[in-house]
Amino acid sequence: MQTTRAYSMRGRSAIAAALCTVLLLLVACNGQPWNRPYPAADAARNIYYASFSERPNHLDPAQSYSSNEVLFTGQIYEPPLQYHYLKRPYQLIPLTATEVPRAHYLDAQGNPLADDAPAAQIAFSEYDIHIKPGIHYQPHPAFARDAQGRLRYAHLTARDLDGIHSLGDFTATGTRELVAADYVYQIKRLAHPKLHCPILGLMSEYIVGLADYSATLEQAWNELSASGEPGGYLDLARYPLTGVQVLDRYSYRIRIHGKYPQLLYWLAMPFFAPVPPEVDAFYAQPGMSERNITLDWYPVGTGPYMLTVNNPNRQMVMVRNPEFHGETYPLEGEPSDRAAGLLVDAGKPLPFIDRIVFSLEKEDIPYWNKFLQGYYDSSGITSDSFDQAISIGAGGEVSLTDAMKRKGIQLNTAVASSIYYTGFNMLDPVVGGYSERARKLRQAISIAIDTEEYVSIFLNGRGIPAQGMIPPGIFGYVEGAAGINPVMYDVTPRGPRRKSIAQARRLLAGAGYPDGRDIHTGKPLVLNFDTAAVGPDAKARLDWLTKQFAKLDLQLVIRATDYNRFQDKMQKGTAQIFQWGWNADYPDPENFLFLLYGPNSKVGKNGENAANYRNPEFDRLFEQVKNMENTPQRARLIEQMTDIARQDAPWVWGFFPKQFSLHHVWYKNAKPNLMANNSLKYKRIEPALRARLQAQWNQPVLWPLYVLAVLILAVIVPAVIGYRRRQRQTAFAGAR
Amino acid sequence: MFAYIVRRIAYAIPILIGVNVLTFYLFFVVNSPDDMARLHLGMKHVTAEAIASWKSDHGYDKPLLVNHKASGIREFTDTIFFEKSVRLFAFDFGFSDDGRDISYDISQRMLPSLAIAIPALLVGLLVNVTFAMLMAFFRGTYVDVSGVILCVILMSISGMFYIIGGQFLLAKLFRLMPISGYASGLGAIKFLILPVLIGVISGIGSGARWYRTFFLEEAGKDFVRTARAKGLSESLVMFRHVLRNALIPIVTGVVVVLPLLFMGSLLTESFFSIPGLGSYTIDAINKQDFAVVRVMVFLGSVLYIIGLILVDITYTIVDPRVRLS
Repeated sequence: MQTTRAYSMRGRSAIAAALCTVLLLLVACNGQPWNRPYPAADAARNIYYASFSERPNHLDPAQSYSSNEVLFTGQIYEPPLQYHYLKRPYQLIPLTATEVPRAHYLDAQGNPLADDAPAAQIAFSEYDIHIKPGIHYQPHPAFARDAQGRLRYAHLTARDLDGIHSLGDFTATGTRELVAADYVYQIKRLAHPKLHCPILGLMSEYIVGLADYSATLEQAWNELSASGEPGGYLDLARYPLTGVQVLDRYSYRIRIHGKYPQLLYWLAMPFFAPVPPEVDAFYAQPGMSERNITLDWYPVGTGPYMLTVNNPNRQMVMVRNPEFHGETYPLEGEPSDRAAGLLVDAGKPLPFIDRIVFSLEKEDIPYWNKFLQGYYDSSGITSDSFDQAISIGAGGEVSLTDAMKRKGIQLNTAVASSIYYTGFNMLDPVVGGYSERARKLRQAISIAIDTEEYVSIFLNGRGIPAQGMIPPGIFGYVEGAAGINPVMYDVTPRGPRRKSIAQARRLLAGAGYPDGRDIHTGKPLVLNFDTAAVGPDAKARLDWLTKQFAKLDLQLVIRATDYNRFQDKMQKGTAQIFQWGWNADYPDPENFLFLLYGPNSKVGKNGENAANYRNPEFDRLFEQVKNMENTPQRARLIEQMTDIARQDAPWVWGFFPKQFSLHHVWYKNAKPNLMANNSLKYKRIEPALRARLQAQWNQPVLWPLYVLAVLILAVIVPAVIGYRRRQRQTAFAGAR
Repeated sequence: MFAYIVRRIAYAIPILIGVNVLTFYLFFVVNSPDDMARLHLGMKHVTAEAIASWKSDHGYDKPLLVNHKASGIREFTDTIFFEKSVRLFAFDFGFSDDGRDISYDISQRMLPSLAIAIPALLVGLLVNVTFAMLMAFFRGTYVDVSGVILCVILMSISGMFYIIGGQFLLAKLFRLMPISGYASGLGAIKFLILPVLIGVISGIGSGARWYRTFFLEEAGKDFVRTARAKGLSESLVMFRHVLRNALIPIVTGVVVVLPLLFMGSLLTESFFSIPGLGSYTIDAINKQDFAVVRVMVFLGSVLYIIGLILVDITYTIVDPRVRLS
């Protein structure tokens, strides 16, 4: 009996000890902070930790376009060109190309033209792109070969795919050299009917034969689908594209209609990165898409990193590509870069970081707190955390708060190549049109809407009021007094000063609305603001906007709707006043000026000219400016265009947002580059310093656990006493 | 009982069709196929041709409910509704609008949802029953009154406050566990402690108060008085007679939510970055992915119906007086 009890006691003790051990192991994390969200073994490794809030929709280079997608594809795929990491203004340099290609111009008969030939004479431009030999793709099963040298996974059957659930289940991988044909293949893919490439419409206007090619592939695809051929691989090699051709193993040519120097910027985007045909064929095999094994999920590139874990529900992990061709950190940058320590790594081989871990973080609060705990290496600043991170001095100067400085956190700011504006629908009978009445009405409203106040209240000062379409850093932006919009501002010795409300009222009276009333009918002028914005934040902004109109005794009706209906109104041109934004594709003024180019109207053309502005003189100048080199003459023409637009005032010239980003002291070579999407290869981490500071900042506070234990005892003990007293209570005692 | 279950399953079919029609109608009242195409294609440089091509490729180029251009049965079968919905009844969920296999995604996301929901349910049940029993045992005393007041306070606090407060206090201030995240295998435990704890604490108010009423109701019944008159100790009365009988509504209340545990929690999963089915549904709504939304609503309905059938069956098990017919 005693033995049994002893065994039982020993057993219980053993279980308790085991449980304690497991708990200790689980909770204490090998001496690491308890709140560390990553494996303890990775604490001192050369890993960059970042987050993403939304699953990227596409990782196929023919489809990915959003910033949250190119964040990944930019590190994996290598188009022929890239932006210099440090130099400003942004400068294109070769990536896989041997040099930045120069355009050769041809007339309609195909005869060569001089480099300075007038744009009107240029029927075609040709770009010959030569790529560096010896560049290899990341290891991938599509390149794996058997003993006979045949592609090992080229003709898979349903049986072969038994037990295959992800790309990692293929045991063999291989690589091969990058060739020019891969770039040509990808350009053809832009027209693939299954891919719905977002820039197909735009590129069809330029790349010779692409529009017809799209129709050809559509027909071929329909025939393939009708034939019931399993897998549905459309072999693009069988369908030549006239505007793109392979010259030799390492060279290819792109022929475009007319003159379009902006093509070079597109050549720095993943749309023009190489895709090997055998990879496309590999993914098109029957049973692959049913297993979610697609190029859209498992990208294949030559870049510094390769995606090894794609679980966008939790984590996406990129590791150093063992086949990376090698590249070195830039040797030169802006004059201030050396002092900022941005040239410490000059000439060193890239990339510096071994692994990049992106964790899903949907909410701002946990994301911000994890950054403060040191578990993310860099961070943006949300409105909620702005006051905690940034202090703004009396003169408007921006600096970090003491709490941030104590942690060694550093701040980077940059004006984004974006613009947010309030637009007038130029097709609207009241606010639109080109009469003096309408022009004055729009100018008056533009003066009344105090953008400086908006930026101060709603953006914590993170924006620069726009004087025109072109943001700082882009050719055509004019600094200082010369760049001030004279329609809305007076130039004073202390800088630009917004014109007074009295002046706006005079303009309004000139427009036929003295005191906000129609001079003929005496009725108050009621204007409509169409928006998809809802919620408490939006209400504050809309109330503010209503007050701006009220300064002129104008009544603003907020027509709030859902996003889809709002888009529909914009497409049909039934909105009156609206807010809109544009994020540039490339650092060229054309990419902003085209927002007011008549043939690019939203209504009828489905373009990006949301205001449906159409001024023949502006359009004429745009056609001249769009293909010019960055010369003083181009700058003059841009100034003329800006003046025209300022007078017509199709927009209230909103603001250029300013991006604030923070990073920890162990995160090196951080310089905002808003054009480059492959900048992670330049970043460096000091893991030992990070591990030390993380441990220092995240020591668990244990006294609350002791207090909790005491509290639980304080509840349990009286309850037990009470329970026992009740158990001992007799009916007699109860009755008494 | 078998006939009863078969009959209930047969009743479920028109309900599911109704749910499908309603989901379809509500979704397309807010989103048109053009809007869906625009959202999937991105906001820049989207042409009318690209929209038409996307719609055709994803089967959204047909009429919604009735195809007036078709004749006969095809008037109803050659529509978006029929083509997108009929396969659901064979549990063939197909592909999401961005080309992912929905069944696979659900199978991957079910576990994280259950990893929070099951511990939260079990621990919550234990805590709530214990607390309710304590209040019932000391009914009418300061323990009972304080307990009820505490329950009302806990009930009055919003779920969001528990989450944000819990993250701030335990993960940020005391640094006892990670603020958010998830890992596979045993590594998940440290990420689950906080959401489970918050799930349990936020449920104490309503749960314990509700169960207390069951206990008090049972405690006032004749058979309990008889048990006491027989001289049984109070603990024996409470555990053997009161608890056992009060468990009938408690168990049935739990059984009905069991299947729905698969569906996950929208708020908790979002704040703790748990890759479960709750966040899957929210993502699909935000991305206007009708393929996923309809599957999740359908699945929710099926599980709810299963839950109700299980409740009926459970009644017969826990209460021998009930017979299904």
